[in-house]
Amino acid sequence: MSELNGILAIAYRDLLKFLRDPIRIVSTLIFPAMFVVLLGNSFEGLDTRFSFLTYVFTGILAQTLYQSTAMGIISLIEDRENDFSQEIFVSPVSRYTIVFGKIFGETLVSMTQGVPILLLGLLIGIPLTIKQLIYLFPISIIVCLAGGAFGVIVMANLNNQRAANQIFPFIMFPQYFLAGVFNPINALPWYLNILSLLSPMRYAVDLIRGIFYADLPDYSYTVLQSPSFNLIIVIITFIIFLMIGTWVFVRGERNR
Amino acid sequence: MPIIEVHQLIKRYKNANTNAVDGVSFNVAPGELFALLGPNGAGKTTIISILTTTLSPTSGTATIAGHDLEKSASEVRKNVGIIFQKPSLDLNLTAEENVRFHAILYGLYPFRLTFSTMPIQYRQQIDELATILGIEKEIFNPIKTFSGGMTRKLEIMRSLIHRPKVLFLDEPTVGLDPASRRNLWQYIQKVRQESNTTILLTTHYLDEAEEADTICIINRGKIVSYGTPEQIKAELIEEYILVDATDRARLRTELTQLGFAFTETPHFKIQLNGSTAHYIVKSINTPLNLLKTHSPTLEEAYISIVEQLT
Repeated sequence: MSELNGILAIAYRDLLKFLRDPIRIVSTLIFPAMFVVLLGNSFEGLDTRFSFLTYVFTGILAQTLYQSTAMGIISLIEDRENDFSQEIFVSPVSRYTIVFGKIFGETLVSMTQGVPILLLGLLIGIPLTIKQLIYLFPISIIVCLAGGAFGVIVMANLNNQRAANQIFPFIMFPQYFLAGVFNPINALPWYLNILSLLSPMRYAVDLIRGIFYADLPDYSYTVLQSPSFNLIIVIITFIIFLMIGTWVFVRGERNR
Repeated sequence: MPIIEVHQLIKRYKNANTNAVDGVSFNVAPGELFALLGPNGAGKTTIISILTTTLSPTSGTATIAGHDLEKSASEVRKNVGIIFQKPSLDLNLTAEENVRFHAILYGLYPFRLTFSTMPIQYRQQIDELATILGIEKEIFNPIKTFSGGMTRKLEIMRSLIHRPKVLFLDEPTVGLDPASRRNLWQYIQKVRQESNTTILLTTHYLDEAEEADTICIINRGKIVSYGTPEQIKAELIEEYILVDATDRARLRTELTQLGFAFTETPHFKIQLNGSTAHYIVKSINTPLNLLKTHSPTLEEAYISIVEQLT
């Protein structure tokens, strides 16, 4: 019971921290807005069989949810040596509670960030129905959790913030392209295709698109695999990353 | 039975050539104020990290309140409070929220979203705490608005709400002005008297360590001196008086006749060697124009210990 209270307290603190940091709120919105509006619109005139703007929008939505949660988890490395998190690490709650609380908290933060992105979508004319939103909600939570587990496995293998800041872009940036966040990936050369299949973000992006495009005629041009297939892959990678990542993290945390 | 028992503690960090802590053993009795001193990099923070279970030792054992650090880390954590070198309050949260999260993490109260929905016992505790600190109005303000001395005090109060048996203070007064330092120490002394909390302190301010029951000086991971402040001073510091006279030749002759060991520095420095200053001064008939007694401070003892080793 006290472990559950611990998870809730850690998660709630993350959300409060985010909501009280106006600069962070604005900066997390600039990146997706820039890509959707600039990139999506500039390719909109090209002769594609589907709306490129909508394609980029759905990709950015998935990428933001996934990456924001992952990055939030990685901040635990920095926090370990700073501010309140030192407190968390010496408290009697289990190390697993700390990891779960952090994933849950960063999921709440990412979901909060998703709301203005959806509003931005409505503003620039992305067709969004109530039915789509209802389906996207639980799927978005799953995508966040998957990003969180990805963050745990990255964090577990990096021992300081400097390494994390330097390595993280190399892990994240190629995935934008390999996961098809803003570029269609159905005709990649074989070697890129292998890398794409290995990119965990690919399944999260495709899952969001599969749900978004479910009843739309563009489905066959934009979605690679069925949502149920992607969901299974996302859940499997979530469990594997979380278990291995948490184990490595808890083990490594005290053996410095 | 000691509340802290440390036996042959060794820590070597990964990829390090030497041991950061190199075979340290000591015991701390309940209620004691135990000061761990040493130059930067001596291993003080490493010892505290091990004793507060955030770092595993390479070898050796330690228990706190009877709980083994490795086998029952969670029990150890319940029994200790820590004030870190770097402040550990969340600046985005209010003073009350910082305390509330601590209380929930230590399993004292269930999680609630707001102060007003927390149990009545908790709210009473916060009221008392705010009164003691004199921040009845500011308790719901963000920590950002607090002064350095106030945040330190709040941290100590927060670390005491789960009633730890042992409180670790890792350089608690660094960066505080003299008035805040004194104020903080008055508060710490009050806590000791009221709750008999054992305190393990590291500090670079030697006057703070004068108050300790036991002092343990470490250098390069090893204990180099151990005992009460008086013992440490007695071991290392020479006690002497300085005298001088207008008629220096007469004084020199008299001192030699009396058989006192002295050196000219250029004043006459007379070693007490177990005698008292009073006795020596009384024996001298030459009119003196200078008389100084030298009572050693812990700082001098500390510096001479550390300098001998380097």
